[in-house]
Amino acid sequence: MLYFSKLRILFITLFSVLFILIASSNLFKFDDNFFDKKINLGLDLQGGSYLLLEIDNEPVIEQKLQNLTTTIRNYFKEKNIKINNIKIENQNIFFNVIDNDKQSVLDVFQDENSDFNPYYPRFKSHQLEIEDTGLNFKVNFSRQGLIKLKTSSQDQAIEIVRRRVDEVGTNEPNILKRGNNRILVELPGLDDPMRIKSLLGKTANLTFRFVTKDENDRFGVEKLKFENGLEEATVSKRIIISGENLLDAQPKMDSQTNQTIVSFSLDRVGAKRFGKATSTGIGKQLAIVLDGKIISAPVVRDTIASGSGQISGGFTFQTATDLALLLRSGALPAPLEIIEERTVGPDLGQDSINAGMIALAIGFMLVIIFMFVKYKIFGLITNVTLIVNLLILLGVLTLFEATLTLPGIAGIILTVGMAVDANVLIFERIKEELKDETNNILAFDGGYTKSRSAILDANITTLLAAIILFFMGSGPVKGFAVTLGVGIFTTLFSVYFIARLFTSIYVSRNKNKEKLI
Amino acid sequence: MIAFNKYYNHFNLLSSVLIVVSLLLLIFKGLNFGIDFKGGTLIELRASDSKINVSSLRDRFNQMNLGDVSVKKFGNDTDFLVKFENKDNKKNIIEEIKANLDKSFGNNYDFRRVENVGPKVSAELLKSGVIAISLSLALMLIYIWIRFEWQFSLGAILALFHDVIVTLGVFSLFSLEINLSIIAAVLTIVGYSMNDTVVIFDRVRENLRKYSDIKIFELTNISINETLSRTIITSATTLLALLAIYFFGGEILKGFSLAMILGVVFGTYSSIYIANTVLVRLRVSQKTVLREDDQNKLN
Repeated sequence: MLYFSKLRILFITLFSVLFILIASSNLFKFDDNFFDKKINLGLDLQGGSYLLLEIDNEPVIEQKLQNLTTTIRNYFKEKNIKINNIKIENQNIFFNVIDNDKQSVLDVFQDENSDFNPYYPRFKSHQLEIEDTGLNFKVNFSRQGLIKLKTSSQDQAIEIVRRRVDEVGTNEPNILKRGNNRILVELPGLDDPMRIKSLLGKTANLTFRFVTKDENDRFGVEKLKFENGLEEATVSKRIIISGENLLDAQPKMDSQTNQTIVSFSLDRVGAKRFGKATSTGIGKQLAIVLDGKIISAPVVRDTIASGSGQISGGFTFQTATDLALLLRSGALPAPLEIIEERTVGPDLGQDSINAGMIALAIGFMLVIIFMFVKYKIFGLITNVTLIVNLLILLGVLTLFEATLTLPGIAGIILTVGMAVDANVLIFERIKEELKDETNNILAFDGGYTKSRSAILDANITTLLAAIILFFMGSGPVKGFAVTLGVGIFTTLFSVYFIARLFTSIYVSRNKNKEKLI
Repeated sequence: MIAFNKYYNHFNLLSSVLIVVSLLLLIFKGLNFGIDFKGGTLIELRASDSKINVSSLRDRFNQMNLGDVSVKKFGNDTDFLVKFENKDNKKNIIEEIKANLDKSFGNNYDFRRVENVGPKVSAELLKSGVIAISLSLALMLIYIWIRFEWQFSLGAILALFHDVIVTLGVFSLFSLEINLSIIAAVLTIVGYSMNDTVVIFDRVRENLRKYSDIKIFELTNISINETLSRTIITSATTLLALLAIYFFGGEILKGFSLAMILGVVFGTYSSIYIANTVLVRLRVSQKTVLREDDQNKLN
């Protein structure tokens, strides 16, 4: 156990030096790309905001089912099958047909090449399930159908979230999917997420619709409140143009009224429709509706054929800027809810770094002094190994550009405390061996060999705990699992290669000395 | 040599009492779950005006109709921790609070940390925490089963249960907060306690092979003594590191390091007085390990 070939010594030295160099790249700037890596600081250390958003898919499902009833009715009408009593209840569509038509309806739904019920061969499932309850048919989304629907609204939502966050211009935001209905937004360096939160909290569904007095409007009507919450107006459900028709939106100052407004321009289809509506609707009020609330309802005075217009509504410059941003980035497919928020101010982050570093330094000093007092020369070897171990650990974290969190620093300190364990096990074993063995070399060799199984078992059990923490833990706790887990490998390396190398050099030079340890 | 085995029965009794008391505490008093597991809102606030203190803050917050509000000092005199349930999960609660505090305190305060955990997320976090701890106990059990005989496995697992339950019992007794980092601490305790037990068990097994004429009662004592200096030194260095975190690592790590300190103390104790006594009570002998060796040879 004590013999080292020249090649192995070279390997150990190179390996250690390499990782120490990588670790040092946190302090200096290297031109080389390979060395120019840094440990990322977690949000709890650098300050920033962590937001977990959940997509509320209920309205999307409602809307899809609503559209489906129309599709079903029209589809079977063409086939001369009359659909009766079609209605939506608890996310199910119910309808009746006469008995003779039952089989043909089932066939249409269960056909793998069905016109409106897509089949997913991979999951052997249709988008919709149909069930003959005896009284009537029940149609709802299959499990796969729901999953597809959720992932597609998640895909759309994450795109819109990304656009909105990018428009605000925070540095290096991190936007990730979580499950099939959640989005994680990490915003480093942002200590007041209020604006982003309010931007993400809005669906930004914009529609232009006429205000009507006719309760029996062909498209149906609804009563909507104004933004101020006081007034109300009856608005037709017929949509003239919607947010999808917008090409651009910008906040502007209206030179005539001295008001802040949002000016917009429309795409070709939108411009055409807007022109037609404004030409037929002169004198009528056109309501500009955002997320079910009327921003303003100006009277149409003239045909607007240019495809551009403006929205006024008592905006401040900030609210106009935000509205323009929302309109530019598009509407979310479904409302988002912030279900978890963690924000740390930058000065608290700095305080945590300082406290963590002080604790690390003090813990390190205490352990080093203790080991030196207890084992003298071998304590010194352990201490040097401990320092190298710490540097290699930092090197590995840097190489993988791992994220260091406050619990992560605690993990490093804990590694320092526990790293000596392996050395202690070995030294204590050697002491025992020396009781019956006069040959120093044999005693040291025996000590290393016989303590190995205990050391491996001990480290593997800690590693198991770290692995579970890594996969089950969230955020900062994950950082703890990483440093603890990586720490185990660097500890084993430093104990079995570095410390053993030093020990073997010392022992072979003092072969005949008594009471070596 | 210290006669640890003289007190096997005494300490077994003590541990049984500790476990029963801890379980009673956990059942009847329960744990003080933080917002991670209960849901709610937490604000860490730093004041730059001496007018702002626990009672003036409590007054202000109580006027806001937030339900049960707890206001505590956090570390030094200018830092406060405010927690409330946020039952209705109001959206712009933080803005409202800020506007409200501005009225009374002007600009003399600063929100250093804001955490808001919805009820859905907290339920999930609790579930995954419980799964993580159970999973790690199960994995340890399997690992020890593979490496040792079943008697050893049982001893190690009982020791682990003891450490986890008694540590949680202390948290319950003093109403210390259970949050995500405490789960991390408990898992590390599981690892550490196992580590400690394995080192002694390793020696017990070795001695079982070596001596055929020594009874397990004596043998465990010999093994404990042979590994004692290692046990003391490793516990000491780990505790030194943990004490450094506890005293200098800042308020946020206090609960975590306290749980770890308790865990190391209980873990060291349980390796000696629970894990080993299980071997004694199950009358483990040389046959137990030799039979296993024979089987390995046959395979």
